[in-house]
Amino acid sequence: MNALLLRTVSSRLFWPIVMLLVLVLINVIAFPDFLTVTVKDGHLFGSIIDILRNGAPTLIIAVGMTLVIATRGIDLSVGAVAAISGAVACSILLGSSDPGNPGTVAVAVIVALVISLVLGVWNGFLVSVIGIQPIIATLILMTAGRGVAMLITEGQILTVNSAPFKELGSGFWLGIPVAVVIGAVIFAVAALLTRRTALGMLIESVGINPEASRQAGVRARVLLFTVYAFCALSAGIAGLILTANQTAADANNTGLFIELDAILAVVIGGTSLAGGRYSLAGTLVGALVIQTLVTTVYTVGIPPIVTMVFKAAVVTAVCLLQSPTTNAAFAQLRQRLAARTARVKEAAAS
Amino acid sequence: MTATIDRPRTGAPLPTKPGRPPRRPVDRLRDVLTSPKSGPVLVTAVLFVAVFIVGGVRYNGFFSGQVLLNLFVDNSYLIVLAVGMTFVILTGGIDLSVGAVVALSTMIAASLLQTGWSPGIVIPLILVLTSVLGLLVGLMIHVFKVQPFIATLAAMFLARGLCYVISKDSISITEPTFVALAVTRIPLGGGLSITPSVVIALAVVIVAVWVLGFTRFGRTVYAIGGSEQSGMLMGLPVARTKVIVYVVSGFCSGLAGVLFSFYTLSGYPLTAVGTELDAIAAVVIGGTLLTGGYGFVLGSVLGVLVLGVIQTIITFEGTLSSWWTKIFIGALLLVFIILQKVLTARRR
Repeated sequence: MNALLLRTVSSRLFWPIVMLLVLVLINVIAFPDFLTVTVKDGHLFGSIIDILRNGAPTLIIAVGMTLVIATRGIDLSVGAVAAISGAVACSILLGSSDPGNPGTVAVAVIVALVISLVLGVWNGFLVSVIGIQPIIATLILMTAGRGVAMLITEGQILTVNSAPFKELGSGFWLGIPVAVVIGAVIFAVAALLTRRTALGMLIESVGINPEASRQAGVRARVLLFTVYAFCALSAGIAGLILTANQTAADANNTGLFIELDAILAVVIGGTSLAGGRYSLAGTLVGALVIQTLVTTVYTVGIPPIVTMVFKAAVVTAVCLLQSPTTNAAFAQLRQRLAARTARVKEAAAS
Repeated sequence: MTATIDRPRTGAPLPTKPGRPPRRPVDRLRDVLTSPKSGPVLVTAVLFVAVFIVGGVRYNGFFSGQVLLNLFVDNSYLIVLAVGMTFVILTGGIDLSVGAVVALSTMIAASLLQTGWSPGIVIPLILVLTSVLGLLVGLMIHVFKVQPFIATLAAMFLARGLCYVISKDSISITEPTFVALAVTRIPLGGGLSITPSVVIALAVVIVAVWVLGFTRFGRTVYAIGGSEQSGMLMGLPVARTKVIVYVVSGFCSGLAGVLFSFYTLSGYPLTAVGTELDAIAAVVIGGTLLTGGYGFVLGSVLGVLVLGVIQTIITFEGTLSSWWTKIFIGALLLVFIILQKVLTARRR
C-alpha cells in the first residue's frame, strides 16, 4: 500500500493532477453547478466546456512548445507569430470583395498558416544552422514579430465581418466548440506522430545530447527545423482562433503573454526545460490547470486582474515540488519508510 | 643524431621563431576587434557614432549636445535596468521580471505617496522590497535548482499581479519632492542640461563598473559565467554570488522604477510591459555574451544609447511609424548575436 502510494506520489503527473482536482473542487464548492453540462440548441454549454474552449489556444501552442522544449529549446516567439497569423488572415479578408465566402476564408487561413510555417523555419534556421541559443533566437522574432504584425495591420485593429471565419473561434461542430475540436485534433496528431513512431524518441535523444545523437545517426538538424516549424504552425492556428473569437486582429494584444502561459503549461506538466523526456499528457493537464485557475478566479469572485498573482503561486509551487532538492527529500523519506517496514517485517518474523 | 645534439637544453632561452614578422598595429587592431571580449563593444561604439552622424546629416537640429544628453534623460531608467541585467547575464542567467518590477515600484511609490507617506521612507522601502524579491528569486534558482527563466517568470507574474492588487487605474504623483526631482534641470553650461535621474543612473554605472572590475564579487561573477564548475573547484563563493546577482538586479529594477516614476509622475499597472526585452537587447547589443563570462557595464550603457538613438531618429523622421522601432531592434539583435557567434567560434 505504501509502495503504491509512493509510486503515485513520485509520478510526474501526480502533482499537476492533484492541483487540477483541487481547483475543480474549489469550483464545485463555490458553484455547485460547475460540473453540469447542458445542451442548448444542439450545442454543449457549461463551465467545463468554457474552460476547454478558452484553453484551446494555449493548449495548441503548448503542444508545439512541448516538442521544442524536449529538444532543449524554447520558443518565445509564439505570441508574435499568433499576432502575425491573425493580422495576415484579417488583412486578406478585408482586402477581398467577399469576406463571407468560405473560399476566401480558406485562402486567408492557408496563407496565414504558410507564413507561420515560414517563421518557424526561420527560427529553426537560427537555432540549428547558425547555432544561436533558442531563447535568444526566438527573442529576435518575439521583438520584431509584433512590429511586423503592426506593419501588416498598419497599426489599426482590423475588424472583419465574415461568418465562416468567426466559426473558427466561436462556432460549434456536432455540438462541440470548433476550437476544442481543433485543439483535440492537433493534440492527437502530435501524440500519434511522436509516440506511435520513433519520432518522439529521436526528439528526446536530441534534447538529451545533440552531439551524441548526431553521431548515432540522428538527423538533429532536420528534427530541429521540424519542431520549430510545427511550434510556429500551432501558434499560427492558435492566432487564427484568437482572432476569430474577437473577429478582430489586434497586433498589440493578440496572443500577448501566451508564450508564457504555454511554457507554464509545459512546465506544470512535468516536462523539464533542460530537454529530454517530455509528456504531452502532462502538457494537457498543465494547460487545463492554467485555464481552470483563470476560471476559478472568476467564479470565486476575486477580481480577475489578480489572476497573475495566482499564476505566480502555481508556478512557484509546481517548480518547488518538482525541484531536485524536493525530490531528494522525498527519496530520503521513501528510504526511511522502506527501512522501517523492513524492521517491522524482521520483528514479525523473529 | 646531430639534430638532437643541436636542440637547446631545458632552461636555455628559446630562439625567436624565424619568419614571423613583429606584430603590426593593424594586426593588433584586428585582434582587438575579433576578440569576443572587446569586439562587440567596439562594433557597438562605431555603430552608435555612425548612426548619430547619419542622423546629424539627415535632420536639422539633430546634431546638438542636447539631443545627445536627452538620450540619457529619456533612458536613465533603462540604463539602470541594463546595469542590473548585465550582472545576471554575466553569470549566464536571465531576469524576465525587471519590467514588471519597474511597474510595481511606480505603483508602490504612487499609492504610498498618495496616502501621505514621506519620500524619505517610500524610496528606501521600494529598494528593500525589490531587493528581497530578487533574493527570493535567487534562492529559488540556487537552492531549488529552478531555471532562471522560470523563476524570474514567476516573479514577473507576481509583480505584475501585485500592481493590479494595489490599483487597476493610473495614480498620479503630486508629492512635492517627486515633482521637484522630475522638473529640476541641472544646467551644464551652453544651454545644455540634464535631470537628477541622469546623475543617479551614472552613479549606478560607476559603482557597477567598480564592483565588476575591481572587487572579489565582480571577478566571481565573471568566473561563474565562464564556468560555474571551475569556479566551484577554485573555491569561489559560487552559491552566494549567484544569489546576490539577482538581488542586484532586483535592486536595480526598484531604482529604475523610482527613476521611471520621476519621469512619468504616475504609477500605472501596465507601464513598462516588454521593458525586460529592451534591457536584454541593450545588454546583448552592448556586447555581453548571453552564455555569460564576457561583457562590460559600459557596453550595456552603449547598447541603451543605440536603442535611444534609433528611437530619436524615428521621431525625427516623423513619417516612420513607431513599430519600426521594434523591427530595427530585432534586426540589430540578430546582427549582434551572429557577430558574437562568429567571434567566439573563431577563438575555439
